Amino acid sequence: MKNLSFRRLRALCWKETLQIFRDPSSNLIAFVLPMVMMFVFGFGINLDSSVLRIGLLDEASGTESNGFARALEASPWLEVHRYETRAGLGHDITESKIRGFVIIPPDFSRRLKDPSGTAPVQVVADGSEPNIAQFVGSYVNGVWQSWLQQDFADRGKELKREIALEPRYWFNPSAQSRNFLIPGSITVIMTVIGALLTSLVVAREWERGTMEALLASPVSRAELLLSKIIPYYLLGMFSLLLCAATARWLLGVPFRGSILALCVVGTFFLLSVLGIGLAISTGMRNQFNAAQAALNAAFLPAMMLSGFVYEISSMPAFLRGVTHLIPARYFVSSIQTIFQAGSLWKVLLPDILALMLSSAFFLGLTARLTKRRMD
Amino acid sequence: MNFLLRIRALVIKELQSLFGDPSSRALLVMPVVLQTLLFPWAATLEVENASMAIYNRDTGAASTELVQRFTRSAAFTDIVPVHSQGEMENAIETRKAMLAVSFPEDFSRKLAAGETAPVQVLMDGRRSNGAQIAFSYLQGMVEGYMKDRAELAGRHLPSEVVTRYWFNPNLDFKHFILPNLVAIITTIGALILTALSVAREREQGTFDQLMVSPLNPEMVMIGKAVPAMIVAFFQATLILCAAVFLYHVPFRGSLLLLYLGMFFYSLSLVGVGLLISSLCSTQQQAFLGAFTFMMPAMMLSGFTSPVENMPHWLQVATWPNPVRHFIEIVKEVFLKDASPERFLHLIVPLMVIGFFTLSAAAVMFHRKSA
Amino acid sequence: MSRVVVNFRDVTKTFKGMEVPALDAVSGEIRTGLITGLAGPDGAGKTTLLRLIAGLMEPDRGELRTLDLDPIRDAAGIRGEVGYMPQKFGLYEDLTVLENLTLQADLRHVTGTEREESFERLLTFTDLKKFTGRFAGKLSGGMKQKLGLACALLGTPKLLLLDEPGVGVDPISRRELWRMVEELVGQGIAVVWSTAYLDEAELCGTTLVLNEGKLIFDGTPADIARPLEGRCFHLRDPGEGKRRLLTRALVRDETSDGTIQGHNLRLTFRPGTAPFPPGEIGAGPDADWKPVKPRFEDAFIDLLGGGPPGESALAAHTKEIPLDGETVIEARDLTKTFGDFTATDRVSFAVKRGEIYGLLGPNGAGKSTTFKMMCGLLVPTSGTATVVGLDLRHSAGKARQRLGYMAQKFSLYGNLSVAQNLAFFSGIYGIHNSKQRSRIRDMTEIFHLGPFLNAKTDSLSLGYKQRLALACAVMHEPDILFLDEPTSGVDPVTRREFWTHINGLVERGVTVMVTTHFMDEAEYCDRIGLVFRGQLIANGTPDELKASVATRDDPDPTMEDAFIALVTGKEGT
Repeated sequence: MKNLSFRRLRALCWKETLQIFRDPSSNLIAFVLPMVMMFVFGFGINLDSSVLRIGLLDEASGTESNGFARALEASPWLEVHRYETRAGLGHDITESKIRGFVIIPPDFSRRLKDPSGTAPVQVVADGSEPNIAQFVGSYVNGVWQSWLQQDFADRGKELKREIALEPRYWFNPSAQSRNFLIPGSITVIMTVIGALLTSLVVAREWERGTMEALLASPVSRAELLLSKIIPYYLLGMFSLLLCAATARWLLGVPFRGSILALCVVGTFFLLSVLGIGLAISTGMRNQFNAAQAALNAAFLPAMMLSGFVYEISSMPAFLRGVTHLIPARYFVSSIQTIFQAGSLWKVLLPDILALMLSSAFFLGLTARLTKRRMD
Repeated sequence: MNFLLRIRALVIKELQSLFGDPSSRALLVMPVVLQTLLFPWAATLEVENASMAIYNRDTGAASTELVQRFTRSAAFTDIVPVHSQGEMENAIETRKAMLAVSFPEDFSRKLAAGETAPVQVLMDGRRSNGAQIAFSYLQGMVEGYMKDRAELAGRHLPSEVVTRYWFNPNLDFKHFILPNLVAIITTIGALILTALSVAREREQGTFDQLMVSPLNPEMVMIGKAVPAMIVAFFQATLILCAAVFLYHVPFRGSLLLLYLGMFFYSLSLVGVGLLISSLCSTQQQAFLGAFTFMMPAMMLSGFTSPVENMPHWLQVATWPNPVRHFIEIVKEVFLKDASPERFLHLIVPLMVIGFFTLSAAAVMFHRKSA
Repeated sequence: MSRVVVNFRDVTKTFKGMEVPALDAVSGEIRTGLITGLAGPDGAGKTTLLRLIAGLMEPDRGELRTLDLDPIRDAAGIRGEVGYMPQKFGLYEDLTVLENLTLQADLRHVTGTEREESFERLLTFTDLKKFTGRFAGKLSGGMKQKLGLACALLGTPKLLLLDEPGVGVDPISRRELWRMVEELVGQGIAVVWSTAYLDEAELCGTTLVLNEGKLIFDGTPADIARPLEGRCFHLRDPGEGKRRLLTRALVRDETSDGTIQGHNLRLTFRPGTAPFPPGEIGAGPDADWKPVKPRFEDAFIDLLGGGPPGESALAAHTKEIPLDGETVIEARDLTKTFGDFTATDRVSFAVKRGEIYGLLGPNGAGKSTTFKMMCGLLVPTSGTATVVGLDLRHSAGKARQRLGYMAQKFSLYGNLSVAQNLAFFSGIYGIHNSKQRSRIRDMTEIFHLGPFLNAKTDSLSLGYKQRLALACAVMHEPDILFLDEPTSGVDPVTRREFWTHINGLVERGVTVMVTTHFMDEAEYCDRIGLVFRGQLIANGTPDELKASVATRDDPDPTMEDAFIALVTGKEGT
């Protein structure tokens, strides 16, 4: 390119780098926040219930009901508290002290022989925490089924299941939610570095009057643009690798893919978010508004609509359409694949293609907005 | 009297600068409206419209019947027929299917013979949570089928536990997410507002102007706190209305208690915001500082995943997080009609946090202004 | 022989959303061999013209050639050849002096030995050698300005554009900068120096004067002053009450403009009139007229149709404070240290009721630290600062109610309207209801704010911002006014008007403490404290300070001479 000078570009990039390292708040965002977030997601965000607190009221107190109560108590997934009254159960579930309860009615033994197919026990879960409520239901049911089987076996009969579902996880065999949440959270961190931090940089130059001095120098538009992209790209890639390493070695998330795949996907995602941040910053020329806009345009969609916590396929059609416009969506799906499944290029390629398109779009937009003049 | 009139002047000034021009007015309302319209639809851990791959080697009636049942369900709208084990795995890998079901050749025969007929189910571990839920739907459908068969044959089937859900009978995720949004969205608003408005006055030099006036630092702080609280109340009311009238989430508790909780919550937020702003000299630092606080605080609040799923030490460590306590208050008042005693129990942490953050901010203000 | 390097004809530029063009059919040229001044009040179009010349903006109409090239189409051609220093100097505050220079050198491809030589030359030239490792943000205003110049000079440009390099810079630094620029002119570089300070314009070889986007004068300082020959006079030794005398003098039909200069008055008379007998305005028996050389500023004000009227409507709306001769502002051994740096070192002075006390000093000498301690914004490390006998730190509310404060950035709420600002500042001083309404009405009238009441303060011109800032500072009728560089960047007419009000208030018994870089503002003060290296090195009336540096060669030094002599005299010690 005729108007690209390596020396000028290098000088501008070096300037940008010095500024990043000298600003305490940039350091906070670039180095401290990613680590904090990794640990927050590593320990704080967990969709698999560990131990559920439930209440138990045994109104039958016969041998059979006792057996079932003991089976519940023996479950490693349940922490069972005994209650004397229904009112006590109601009170404590309202105060969130227990997340559900089981009532064994007085006529338990009689109803056990009833052929209706519905268990004689009454199970209630706290619907205000749907995730936990679902677990209460399925754990209690699990205990019930195995107790029933045991009970039949004790009586010398075999309870045969006609259809046996044999579930098996393809990737992530232990089915731990952190194994997909932690890689997904890297998306959020990269968005913060790529979009939030850069949303301030061009606006700041305008506000402080340094842009005017730059524009009066022989700097070309391409150099101006590249000097904003390269340092933040390197910073983003550094933090991507740092996060990946933290996930792999400190948090023990299996990493089955290759560094190469990670870098390729990371590159195009980073370029997309850099494009968003820089386009906002260049268009707004005002730090206060740019920061707000970046928060709403890049960060919140990456949190909510990228599929990293909330399954995209479960969203209504119009929202699913919207997610296709969000680069984070493609990165989440790729990085989960890279971590859990390996470098499956045929899976990654469509995502990479989408990210290439979005980075071309947003960087192109920034280039269009970048003026070589002040009017 | 004079004291109140001066505070009033401060508050009016702040509100005028917030609502004075269209762009800052839009920044206060638009994100809230967009978030209330989009996020309740997005933030769901339920599984709908999921895709399922089916590899059916069986030609019997039983598997055909089951496949038809799957197709009819709301949870699976996308059924992908595959024709080999490899294709099945491929469907999972490429995310074409969240789970894949494989019927062996002898499925119908075994079932008819009264033997146990195995069905292999492959699930995408990259989305283990969704897959697990989808699997439980699948399980339900299979059980239903077996029950129907048993009934036809007049046989007795092992009984099953039916769970009822209190406070949210249909286990609708929106009932969970909307009360949460009340807390989350007001957090963003109130925190960024207080942190930035002080930093902006510092950058523009008007802060000195306030400091040489007869106002003392406490008055200036109240002057910053009240408008932020007004905005927080306004935004919260907006979401509450949307929750009740748009999403039809039943509001069971007392509005008075909710707003009382809101009051102490916004007080502690304002304390955090003022504390951050007293540590920063520029708007950029204030914004990034507020963000650095906000991110972990929101993540560890029980919004994305329940607090009780965290390891015990982290549950203890997040006690000073005001978002966590407020989410609990909104949820319990909103959905469970929390009693005044329970409310009192929940509000104490917020009062303590508010007291500490505000006093710390006051100390910092004095130090900076003196 | 000088060469034309920039040539522009009927250049017009209108910004989006503005009805009036920022530049309206302006023509002129810029030559080598001399400094071309670009003078005019704030908002006159100076910066726009410089940006057009530098190719940073495109004119709507008209022709413009910079170095014989079209600055828009041949942008690449002129960028290496034009050095441009924007208003805020365009420095990266978080980079060091050397890093700023290196960046600019790389951008202009100044490398190898050429770079070493130019760094050596520029650092010596600007006297920044000792500070190469210091962050630009930590430099004083004068040093920033020199660094900005050094950056603009890298790559040896043929044309140097300086946008208000003198704003916020003390006289010594300004004089040094001037010398440097003159040296450059000698080397054949064409220089444009834009300024709102007309004493700077006076030194330029030739000057373009802009007002509201129009070119109102183009020529040498001698040309502009010619119509005023014989119309400018000093009234010497007028006796007591110089402020009252000035008011009376300005009320008369003969006078078009007037200022205070120490004990004397300086007046400009309308064409065809002659000085009146001093006794007619109540001057003392020793008073006499002395003709003086007209200055650029006199001519500029004349071009705009004369100065503002002499009577302050503000004073008429202010309560009378009886002059009791009491000391109302006092500093005793005031000291402030930041780490091991002593910003203010045992400063003591006292100001009596009804006095104007000025704090002068070079940038970074501790003047604003002292000022901040006096109005209670900073806590002294040791010593005391008392206002009306009260320590501002302890008896905050009561004492602060009695003082008004106006900062150099005119601390107004930019996104509030004028009326909202007035309501707010009266509100926090406890003025309410009918009293508040009547005060706001008065202020609107006095400062002609009527048409702008509902306009956003940010959209006001600097002059009106300054008026509004003063209005906000005096609404609660304070006894004491603290003014921190109150007229920085404001044009001379507005500055005159401002001082008319201040003089009027002082006549009513208000005490004023002011910091300034303008030597003509220093002349308005009753007494001046000169701060240098944290210490008060001189304290006295303007005339005393001037007399203290008078020599046989220079029996009548100006205030600027006195300032420089006193400061440089200390520098050696």
